[in-house]
Amino acid sequence: MTDLTSLGVREIRDGVAAGNFTAREVAEAFNAAVEAATALNAFIVTTPEKALEAADAVDAARAKGETLGSMAGVPIGMKDLFATDGVQTTAASHILEGFTPRYESTVSAKLWEAGCGMLGKLNLDQFAMGSSNETSYFGNVCSPWRKEGSNAAMSPGGSSGGSSSAVAARIAPAATGTDTGGSIRQPAAFTGICGIKPTYGRCSRWGVVAFASSLDQAGPMARSVEDCAIMLGAMAGFDPKDATSLDAPVPDWFGGLNADLRGKKVGIPKEYRMDGTSQEILDSWEKGAEWLRDAGAEIVEVSLPHTKYALPAYYIVAPAEASSNLARYDGVRYGLRDLPEGAGLQDMYAATRAAGFGDEVKRRVMLGTYVLSAGFYDAYYTQAMKVRTLVQRDFDAAFGQCDVILAPTTPTPSFPLNSLNDDPLTMYLNDVFAVPASLAGLPAMSVPATVTADGLPLGLQLVGRAMDEQGVLNAGLAIEQRAGFVAKPERWW
Amino acid sequence: MSVTREDVAKIAKLARIAMDEQELDRMVPEFNNILAWVEQLGEVDTAGVEPMTAVIPQALRLRDDVIDADPQTGGGRQDDVLANAPVAEHGFYGVPKVIE
Repeated sequence: MTDLTSLGVREIRDGVAAGNFTAREVAEAFNAAVEAATALNAFIVTTPEKALEAADAVDAARAKGETLGSMAGVPIGMKDLFATDGVQTTAASHILEGFTPRYESTVSAKLWEAGCGMLGKLNLDQFAMGSSNETSYFGNVCSPWRKEGSNAAMSPGGSSGGSSSAVAARIAPAATGTDTGGSIRQPAAFTGICGIKPTYGRCSRWGVVAFASSLDQAGPMARSVEDCAIMLGAMAGFDPKDATSLDAPVPDWFGGLNADLRGKKVGIPKEYRMDGTSQEILDSWEKGAEWLRDAGAEIVEVSLPHTKYALPAYYIVAPAEASSNLARYDGVRYGLRDLPEGAGLQDMYAATRAAGFGDEVKRRVMLGTYVLSAGFYDAYYTQAMKVRTLVQRDFDAAFGQCDVILAPTTPTPSFPLNSLNDDPLTMYLNDVFAVPASLAGLPAMSVPATVTADGLPLGLQLVGRAMDEQGVLNAGLAIEQRAGFVAKPERWW
Repeated sequence: MSVTREDVAKIAKLARIAMDEQELDRMVPEFNNILAWVEQLGEVDTAGVEPMTAVIPQALRLRDDVIDADPQTGGGRQDDVLANAPVAEHGFYGVPKVIE
């Protein structure tokens, strides 16, 4: 029998439906792979029994001749930012350690409905704040990739680093991610997999631990464009419980996949040629444009003049929203309580938050508190929200001249763990190419393009018009078909 | 704009995060680095530009004006709500005494 853990979403669901193997066999194979990969630290908790239970339900439904869901028999990893009924949900923080929701997030509920099973809750940067998966209270996640000739542990990217590591290591065929300012796309690029952040509002935020509510979007991470299309279809859809959920039909993205780009225009934003971008990244970008031309697209230069201001605007807007969202962690309603001897209520709040939040979370909550405080609000927050309008207008103008934008996903390939965390600013720059699409709420995807001379994956990013996930997926498919990306991390774990 | 150690201590107090002297010392330069970097937003001419209020334009919806329109977000779930509280007594959250 083929090694079931080498299969993707579509292969598993089709194989289960055809009776080539059972969902239980698939779940057992992945449960074993997860158990053997603890060195990656990709999971905070594993739930092999949940994977088996869902698999048995799929096998029983098939035996009865029932119609199977779009992901029937596919076991997945769930980023530990999604509330899961009866299973600890921590956002990788100490303050939520032991928190066991009595409800299920909309996105995870939809995936179970589609026939997925849960392998476990995936590690991430604490409260999704980070770009390297080094801010988790539950330890760093290691990428399965290493530089050629080196044993140094590499970053899987962040914040969805447990997701990217697990999918790249073939211990999960797919995983959920969330993207506030690049947290799906950057880890996908670092680990040679695909990931798409849909249009803001496509996936319900209900039951997702909030970081920056005007930016947070869930999306799938998997090893192929078609797997992402299938999984996004299962995750998306209107939810009245999320005030910003898009009340729009969910297209059949998988059925609509088409890599023929004749008549399409691909924009190359000239402002993305930034200092500090590695030559190999620039070369891969060039290659990507050639592939899309080969698929029939016309390549045009476009301008996004406010690109350089997107990242500083993001680092005002996101912390501001975080400072408000994270005010709920007070030691009263759930999670940690630190009550020093003789302390009153205010001291309890301060002690609980000091003990429960990591350094990066404290930094951002305090930055957000500062930019929203009296006397500074207009200079920082209002100005950033005006710049956000300008960033969105740039995209509107660019999409007058092209249908989809091609850019690198990251300015560099993955880096060794512990190599960048002395300076928060250097870390923030990882998301310089990812953040503009987040600020504008646009669908954006990373697909693997190539590997560097020392064997690390590089990704290319596609950004589309609002609601045009199909255009993004199609251009991604055209790249995937031509890139011939078959590199795999060599197993060391 | 740069912040002093006293400013950072005040911000920490507003954010309800206890910080010792050592943490404050470490936070001040980090904070100032980030603030110096976001200062560049001041270069952007935003005269006549409206701050963004909704990233994807959409009308706000009204829910049906009925009790428990959605059972998951409705009432009557006291046990579920209190299940994760560090201290819950007699159907309430427990907190330290606030009145002397």
